[in-house]
Order: sequence, then C-alpha cells, then structure tokens
Amino acid sequence: MVSLKDRDIISFRDFTKEEILYILSLSKEMEEKAHPDLLKGKVLATLFFEPSTRTRMSFESAMKLMGGEVIGFVDPGATSIAKGESLRDTVKIVAGYASAIVVRHFLDGAARLVADTVGIPVINAGDGSNQHPTQTFLDLYTIHKTKGTLDDLAIGFIGDLKYGRTVHSLAYALAHFRSYMYFISPPSLRMPPDLLKELSERGVKFQEITSLEEVSDRLDVLYCTRIQKERFADPIEYGKVKGSYHLSKATLDRSKVKKTLKILHPLPRVDEMDESLDETPYAVYFQQAHSGIPVREAILASVLGVKELD
Amino acid sequence: MDVRQLQVSAIKNGTVIDHIESKNTFKVANILHIEDEHQLVLVGVNLTSGNLGKKGLIKIEGKNLTQDEANKIALIAPDATLNIIKDYEVIEKKKVSLQDELIGIVKCFNPNCISNHEKVRTRFYVERKDLPRLRCHYCERAMEREDIELL
Ligand SMILES: [Zn+2]
Repeated sequence: MVSLKDRDIISFRDFTKEEILYILSLSKEMEEKAHPDLLKGKVLATLFFEPSTRTRMSFESAMKLMGGEVIGFVDPGATSIAKGESLRDTVKIVAGYASAIVVRHFLDGAARLVADTVGIPVINAGDGSNQHPTQTFLDLYTIHKTKGTLDDLAIGFIGDLKYGRTVHSLAYALAHFRSYMYFISPPSLRMPPDLLKELSERGVKFQEITSLEEVSDRLDVLYCTRIQKERFADPIEYGKVKGSYHLSKATLDRSKVKKTLKILHPLPRVDEMDESLDETPYAVYFQQAHSGIPVREAILASVLGVKELD
Repeated sequence: MDVRQLQVSAIKNGTVIDHIESKNTFKVANILHIEDEHQLVLVGVNLTSGNLGKKGLIKIEGKNLTQDEANKIALIAPDATLNIIKDYEVIEKKKVSLQDELIGIVKCFNPNCISNHEKVRTRFYVERKDLPRLRCHYCERAMEREDIELL
C-alpha cells in the first residue's frame, strides 16, 4: 500500500517512483470528481514569507473545494517575524492552530527546517532557488495527461536552465522514467554542473545544446522557462539572449516539430512564447496551470491521511 | 623517517596521526587545538614517505580523538591513519573515515541556505566518501573538497 499520511512534501529527493505515480493517479481522481467534504474540520496554514499570489490562491482554493479552512499570512512585515522572531518559533506557534502548513520562503532549505520543527505535515511552496515540488507534480501530471505516459519521452528544456528551479526538480523527477533530455540554453544559463553530474550518475542520457533547431524534430515535450532580466548584470547581454529563445507558431512550423509535440511553461511568460502559439495543439500551458488545483487537492488529501491507495 | 627517530619521539599513551598530506598538517593541528594541550605534542612536517612523497605527522600524549575530530580530520586529510598508543605499543591502527552524516562540524557554502541564517546545527549527508561529496540537509546543494569549510 502506498500512503503519504503525515509525510512532508519538501523535495523530489524524498519520493519513490511509486509515490510519484500515486500522487498523479490521485490527482486524476480529484480532477474527475468533486470531494466537497473530504477535508471538513481540517485547517491549512499558508505561510508566505515571500509573495506568490498564484501558488497561494491555488492552495487555498484546493483546500476550500474539499471543505477545509485556511488561515495564514502573506506579508511578513505585519507579523512578529518583523520583530525578529526566529522562523522556528513562528512555525511552532502556528502548528498549534493548523492540521498542515504550506510554506514559501526566500531562503533555500527553509521548508525542510520547518518540517523538522513541527509535528504536522509541511508542504513546500518554494524555498529560495531550491525546490517547488507541487509545481513539479503538476508539470508531471500535465505531461502524463497529454502524452499518455511518462516513460521513454524525449524532453527538451529551454530558457534559463541555470536558475530555473522548476527545470531542476522536473529533470530530477523524470530521471525515474528513462527520459532522454535536451538542455537548450545560452552558454551563460546552462544547467548547474552538480545537477548534470547527478543525473548522469542516475543513468540519464542528455545533451546540452544552444538552439532548438538542432533537435526540434525529435522532441515529444518542450518545457519552456522565462529568462529573467534580473539574472543579468549587463542589460546588453540580456538583450542578446532573449530574442533567440522566442517561440512562435512560425518558428515551430519551420523547425518541423512532431505533430504530437506538447509545450509546457510554468507561467507567467514574458517574451519567450508568442501568443500565436496559444491556439495550436502544441500549447498545453493553460491546461497545465489549471491542473494546479486537482494536484494540490491530491497532495493535501494524501498528507492529511484521508486518501490512500491499495 | 627511520626507526631510531620514532623511538626518540615516542609517546607512552595517546594518539599518533600519520600520513597527513604535508601541507595540511597544521590544519589538522588546528582541528585538535594542540595549543591547549598540557602534555607532550610533537608535530612533524615534510617527512619522507613512500606513497605521499612528503607527509606530516602529529603525536599527542594522553589524547583520544572525539568522533567530531575524527570526521574533521577525514575531511582535511583523507589518507591519514590513526595509531592508538598504549604503553609505547600501537594497540590499534586504522584509516580515518567519514561517518555517513555530519552534524554541526561543516559550514554550508551556499550563502542563501537557511543554515547560514537561523541558529541551527548544520547537517550534511556524505554522498561520496572518496571525493568527498557532502549534500546539505537543508538547501540540498552538494559541496566537494574545495568548498568545504569547517566550523
Ligand atoms: Zn545548505
């Protein structure tokens, strides 16, 4: 039996392949059928030490759709943290008011520290540049749903691969499924070398390249990320890079992509995806965003112990 | 080093740390806080050794290493050997070896790691004992030898 009762959702390093598949099948069940009373009497605390309106709303909506209550804060300036209280003291108090905690923090490892401190389940909604596991679960769910499988896919990752934490945890998770990975980025935004080393130690086959055209006809999935201006010290450098990673319907038609290619993006987008893509069968990013609710419902229901799989 | 020298500098009871890479000898001496010892301490550097070329060696009368000290030495001098001396005899000889988990002895190299901001003991998993490679329990970044800084 697979159960995630009382577990923390902090990092993909903590999950087996079976546990990943269990969350995905439970997400499907949540999407197909409403469960309005499943979490009646449960309280979720959302602690956002860094704002992220979308992620927070998605958790709150998931909790409420299952009959649960939500408490929490967004602006740390309004709480005792502003008075210098330690993170551990803050969460110890909150743990007394709630059945589970969702935490987002600007420092790497903060969610792990919270999980070590309290006795109730803790869900990481982003810790600095480290992990954002619920985003990765919904990326996996979207790939599975639109491709019918996670096994043996050729997956391209394009954009800012150096700082893109969603890329890092998706690549780490897909290593369970024999994917062939293409890392497409400007030289200054390549995948971190320690992560590549780890992927090859886990038997992943991959290639690092600088342009989509080299591999476009081989891809089953293309995962796009935003190239953020803030990452560049030199605005000229940013200007050079941003245009070469601009995808439009015309680029894709020219590059002879597979008809079945699916394009994902964690959103929001800036310049990297043209609106001409939105109406093509390749685009699944809005569907991906909507999967946030059932996937977070599945995660909440499983850590709160109301859903287990035989 | 020949047998005659060894006898001149022999200790009665204590520990000899041998086969330290010569340039790291004083780092090991710092780990052990030899300046606070009250009994005999001998430090040798640039001694001739077959496989290391030049080696360092530290002998401390009346000293038993703690687990933390042994872990720290294994990080700085992975080839070192420990000789436990009783009544002038070597009663035990072993290579230093890292434990699987290091708590509170290494600083995380990632400035954005929570362990560098909250009062919390650092914690690392030893992924590879040979390199060595340590992975932070909190931020999950991996450090190898050149990034490792002792607390
Ligand atoms: Zn760390």
